[in-house]
Amino acid sequence: MIKKFFYNQKVAPYMFILPFLIIFCVFFIYPMASTIVMSFQDVKPGMTEWVGLANFQRLFGDKVFFKALGNSFLYMVLTLVLLIPFPMMFACMINSKLMKAPGLFKSLMYLPAITSVVVAGTIFRLAFSETEYSLMNQIVGMFGIEPVRWLRQQGTGFFVLLLVACWRWTGVNMMYFLSGLKSIPEELYESASIDGANGWQKFIKITMPLLKPTTIYVLTISIYAGLAMFTESFILWNGNSSPNNITLTIVGYLYRQGIEKNDLGYASTVGLVLLIIAMTINLIQLRINGTLGGEED
Amino acid sequence: MRLRKLLSGLIAATILLSAFAGCNSGTPSSSDTGDTDSETSVSTPADDTSEEDGAEEGTTAADATPLELWTFQEVHRSFYETMAEKWNEANPDKAIDLTVSVQPFDDMHNKLTIALQSGEGAPDMCDVEINRFPTYLEGEPQFMDLTSYVDPYRDDIVAARLEVYSKDGVNYGIPTHVGATVAFYDTSILNEAGVDYKEIKTWDDYKEAGLKVVEATGKAMGAAETDRTFIYQAMLAAQDADMTDENGDPALDSEASIKALSTIQELVEAGVDQTIPGGSVDAEEGYGAINAGGYATIISPLWYMSRYPAYMESIEAGRIGIAPIPVFDEADYGVSYGGGGTGTVVTVQSENPELAGEWLCWAKLSEEGNRDIWNVLGFDPCNISLWEDEELTTDESNQFISFFIDNPFDVLNTIKDDIRTIKSTYAVPTIDDIMTNVVLPDIIENGVPAEEAAVAAQEQAVNELGL
Repeated sequence: MIKKFFYNQKVAPYMFILPFLIIFCVFFIYPMASTIVMSFQDVKPGMTEWVGLANFQRLFGDKVFFKALGNSFLYMVLTLVLLIPFPMMFACMINSKLMKAPGLFKSLMYLPAITSVVVAGTIFRLAFSETEYSLMNQIVGMFGIEPVRWLRQQGTGFFVLLLVACWRWTGVNMMYFLSGLKSIPEELYESASIDGANGWQKFIKITMPLLKPTTIYVLTISIYAGLAMFTESFILWNGNSSPNNITLTIVGYLYRQGIEKNDLGYASTVGLVLLIIAMTINLIQLRINGTLGGEED
Repeated sequence: MRLRKLLSGLIAATILLSAFAGCNSGTPSSSDTGDTDSETSVSTPADDTSEEDGAEEGTTAADATPLELWTFQEVHRSFYETMAEKWNEANPDKAIDLTVSVQPFDDMHNKLTIALQSGEGAPDMCDVEINRFPTYLEGEPQFMDLTSYVDPYRDDIVAARLEVYSKDGVNYGIPTHVGATVAFYDTSILNEAGVDYKEIKTWDDYKEAGLKVVEATGKAMGAAETDRTFIYQAMLAAQDADMTDENGDPALDSEASIKALSTIQELVEAGVDQTIPGGSVDAEEGYGAINAGGYATIISPLWYMSRYPAYMESIEAGRIGIAPIPVFDEADYGVSYGGGGTGTVVTVQSENPELAGEWLCWAKLSEEGNRDIWNVLGFDPCNISLWEDEELTTDESNQFISFFIDNPFDVLNTIKDDIRTIKSTYAVPTIDDIMTNVVLPDIIENGVPAEEAAVAAQEQAVNELGL
């Protein structure tokens, strides 16, 4: 009987996807539904009441939220600018036959991704400390520049944040592009060479278009990762508060309201708005790129 | 081939290292948790051994009731363990088997929030920092009513300190110290400028002395902190004002608040107070700057005493003087306020709330417990009758009594009659956030006029709290 059940052609596929389905429902669908419900509630220990749109009203008058939104957005845009072209370039370089010891460079570039961000963040924080004895201030001091208060100003604060992001993610994105490059047939380059194409033309006409699926994937996850950034800022500023909220992110604000201030209703509203923003941007982006519902190439 | 082997070895080593380092970051680090308002104190390596001791001692009493306590302060553990031992000796019939778990500041509070919110996983007892306390009192407090356990000790304890951890007349948290705010003066800097700290009574005196110090030594008279609000609060308390109104709602744009912020800004603009690395005198970078002799005055609750021997090796005994804080009106000199603090609670999830409540109140409120709060922790005990107990106050073997020019208790006794309170209401966590993240950086570093900053802060607080 049981055997028959498992060998049933109709049931088997569902059995295969069941583990995924359960995890998806318990850890994604349920929390998401719960977030939507809670965003209309005032959630306090032992008592929960419906407050209608009050949380949203608060949100749209909340300067700190908009500051956080701006920060997350700026961070996302800047990471896209830095973390797509450069890793692509590095991947092409490593993939090139002229490259010496490609394995060494691959490993070295990937190392930061497996380093604990807590450790790295702490080291960056100390290196960019505002005292004159910190590593970076000693370096700029060699050029006769006064000690910089790195982590206390918007510009320099973001610079450090982006530096950590580049340090950490360049290798990962490079790996994505490398695997994309490996799937481009060698013959295409050969025939292009025969037709007299130079390296740049080959890159523009062959590599770029054929890397498009990889690029779209990297773009999509980078948009999400940029908007959802939390840990780097949390560690660099040794907690969730930076002076003038210079690097407070949406998720940081969600954490502040929900966990630190125990206001889960309001935090759910923040989370919901983040979800809507990230979804909208990605849907538009995928649509433009033709991955979703657009014309198939 | 060899290269590949080497590389994979290297990667494996990195993974291992970072994994261990990750663990490490989970262990308590007392001062670098970003918490500036707690009465964090010295943590010595010797404390690390006490965990084992505690465990062993716990198992000796076979029918001891197990109790779990969370704290974010390493030194609190030794205090609690000492008190558990003494309790078990005196009350073998009600012995407890105390497990103290020390966790990083934010982690511990956030874990407690989640445990209380979800109704599972909270300890029997927990230390809660004063600025975090009101968040837990929202809705139905998930803490036990400790009023009846406090009653036997109530007359000896500073009432205001019990009040800050109460709601609707019910005591939920047991205080650790008074936290009377005082001024610490570095005489090696002041003498160079010919300033006598005993003459500084008002903020005008302070500014005048500061100008002399800056001119003569090039050093700062005081630290303009962006990360702590003690000076702002002390200035409010001295004007008999508060950060919140009688309903507990924010009152950041009050006249008194604007006056306090303007004074802070004035001192910065005159060059008397200067920014401090780390934004706080109670952070690693700040200790370094003070240790290097860069700041003549530190205004802080009395528990800051312990930072000198612990973190500032270059500052020798007999160099730092303690005095009441400067005030606006000379007639008010001697006014102080209780700053910072930790309220220890019994959670509703405790299986033995009666025993936990009884032990906790005995440990932290009894005369015996208060002696150890001074001896072990170096905090000004809430039982102020002890402030005049000569056995305690003249004990030269105590490191704090011998370290400072002035006996800490002499200073405490001069301000004793007027130690005011800044209320701890539901709005305080939000206010604290706005003050340290926006207002103080704005007026100290960005030159935003104090009044404008105060009005904007009030607006933000009102909106954020959904008023």
